[in-house]
Amino acid sequence: MELTAFIIKAIIILVIFGLTLLIAMYSTYGERKVAGFIQDRLGPDRAGPWGLLQPLADAGKMFFKEDFIPAQANKWLFIAGPCLAMLTALMASAVIPFGSTLRYDGIEVAVQGVEANIGILYIFGVVSLGVYGIMVGGWASNNKFSLLGAIRAASQNISYEVAMGLSIVAILMMSESLSVGSIVAQQHGGNWNIWYQPLGFIIFLTCAFAECNRTPFDLPECETELVGGYHTEYSSMKLGFYLFAEYINMFISSAVVSALYFGGYNYPGMDWVYTQLTAAFGDIAGHNVATLLGTAVFFGKALFGVFFFMWVRWTLPRFRYDQLMNLGWKGLIPLAILNILITGIGVLFIQPSLTAFLK
Amino acid sequence: MQQLTNRSKQVSNKEMTLAERIYLPAIAHGMAITIKHFFQKKVTIRYPEVKRYLGPVFRGRHVLKRDADGRERCTACGLCAVACPAEAISMVAEERQKGEEHLYREEKYAAVYEVNMLRCIFCGLCEEACPKQAVYLRHDEFVPVFTERDQVIWGKDLLVEDMNNRYLREAWTKEEAHAQDLKKAAGAISHVEPRAIP
Repeated sequence: MELTAFIIKAIIILVIFGLTLLIAMYSTYGERKVAGFIQDRLGPDRAGPWGLLQPLADAGKMFFKEDFIPAQANKWLFIAGPCLAMLTALMASAVIPFGSTLRYDGIEVAVQGVEANIGILYIFGVVSLGVYGIMVGGWASNNKFSLLGAIRAASQNISYEVAMGLSIVAILMMSESLSVGSIVAQQHGGNWNIWYQPLGFIIFLTCAFAECNRTPFDLPECETELVGGYHTEYSSMKLGFYLFAEYINMFISSAVVSALYFGGYNYPGMDWVYTQLTAAFGDIAGHNVATLLGTAVFFGKALFGVFFFMWVRWTLPRFRYDQLMNLGWKGLIPLAILNILITGIGVLFIQPSLTAFLK
Repeated sequence: MQQLTNRSKQVSNKEMTLAERIYLPAIAHGMAITIKHFFQKKVTIRYPEVKRYLGPVFRGRHVLKRDADGRERCTACGLCAVACPAEAISMVAEERQKGEEHLYREEKYAAVYEVNMLRCIFCGLCEEACPKQAVYLRHDEFVPVFTERDQVIWGKDLLVEDMNNRYLREAWTKEEAHAQDLKKAAGAISHVEPRAIP
C-alpha cells in the first residue's frame, strides 16, 4: 500500500522532471523557430525533419567545445554557478500541481511532486535562490563585465520579487490558502483567478519576465553594454546549463502563471467531460483519463506561456536600466499595493453584499 | 524648412498621455504586428532543394559552344584571354589536320583551353570579346563548389558543349530578356528549368 503510493509518486516525479527537461530542450528550438517565423524566415530546418533534431545538434556542439576556466577565476564558485542555476530552476516545479489525482488500487495520488501547504512560499524561496546561480557565476568569473551583469541581475530580481510577492498576496487573500494545490482546485471549471485579478495578473506576468531575465528585461546579458553579461567567461556545457536554466525558468514561470491565474488543470466543461469519461471507462479508469486530460490542458497552457515569452521577446526592445528600476519600484509596487487594497475591499464588503443580494 | 517628403515628423515634447505612459496598448499593438508576421508567407528559399530563377542574362558556368553540326567554334584567337581582366583563360592553338573538318569549324583550333575558376570573376568580357561566338557563360548552371586543387582549372573536357545537352537560351539581349519576362508574367512561358549541378 505504502510502497505502491511511493512508486506511483516516484513515476510522476520522474515523468514531470523528464518533461520539464524535454520542454526546456525544445524551447531552444522553439525560440529560434518563433524568432524565424516572426521575422518571415523559417528558422532551423536542416537537422532532421523540420529541424527537430536541432537541440541534439546544439547539445552535441556544446559538449565538444573546450571547457575553459579562466586562470584568475575562482574555480569552485565558477563551477558552482551553473550548477546552482540548474538546481534552483529544476527545484521549483516540485510543488506545482500538474493534474488532480490518479487512482490505483484504492489509493489516490496527486499529480504533483510534493503537496506542501506552503507551496507558494516554497516557489518564491527557490526562485529567489535562483539569483545565486547568476551572482556566484558572475563573481567567480573575475571579470568586470560578468560582475556588472551579475549585479544587475541580482538587483533586478530582488526589486521585482517584491512586486511579484505583493501581486500574489491578492490571490492569497481570495483563496485563503498558501497551497498551490488548493489554489488551483478552487478555480474549478472556468472560474479562473484571471477574471478576478486582471491587474494582479499583469503585475505578476511583468515580474515573471524580469525574474527570468527575459526581454524586455534581459539587462544582465545586454550585449551592447556588458559583452555577454554574467556568462561572458563561460563556455561549453557550463554556458549550456545557464542557457538551459533560463528556458527551464521560463517553463516553470509559465506553469506557475497558469496555475495561479489560468486555473491550472481546470478547463470549462471539465465536469461534463468527467461524467462522460467515467460513464465510458468506469469509475477508476475514467477518473485517471480525466486527470491526464487535465494534465494535458495544464501543459498546453504552460506551453502557450512559453510561446508568449518568446513572442514578447521578438516584439519588444530592451528597457534601459533606470526605466527598469522606475517601473519596478515606482510603477509595479504601488500598483500591487493598490491591487491588494481593492481585493481587500472586494473580499470584505462587495463579496458578502453580492452574495446576500443574489440570495 | 521645405519638406522634401511627407514622411518626416515634427519632434514634439508634449506630455505623454496615460495610455502612452502605461505602455500596454503599444505592446499589444506591437504584438499584433509580430503575430501577423508569424502567419505570413515566408520569404526563405530552401536553397539546395529549391532554386530561384536568376534571369536569362545570369553569368554562370562557362561553355565552349559547338555549331549546329557539332564542330567546335573556337579558333584559338586568344581575344578572350586578352579581354579577361582576371587572366583566368589560357589556351594552346593547333592547326586543323585533314580529316578533322567534322571536329573543328575553323582551320585553327584550341588544343588546350583552360579556365582557372579561382581567378574567374564571371564578368562576361570573354563572351563579348569572342568573334566566333564560342564562349558563353551559362545562365542556367553554376560552377559547382570545388574541394580539391585539381578541380580548380577546367579544361576542355568540362568546357566544351555536350551535344546531348546543348546550351540554348531564348533571350540574348536586355530587350529580349525583358520581353521574355513579360511573357513569363503573362503565363506564356511556363517552363523555367531549375538548374542542375553536374
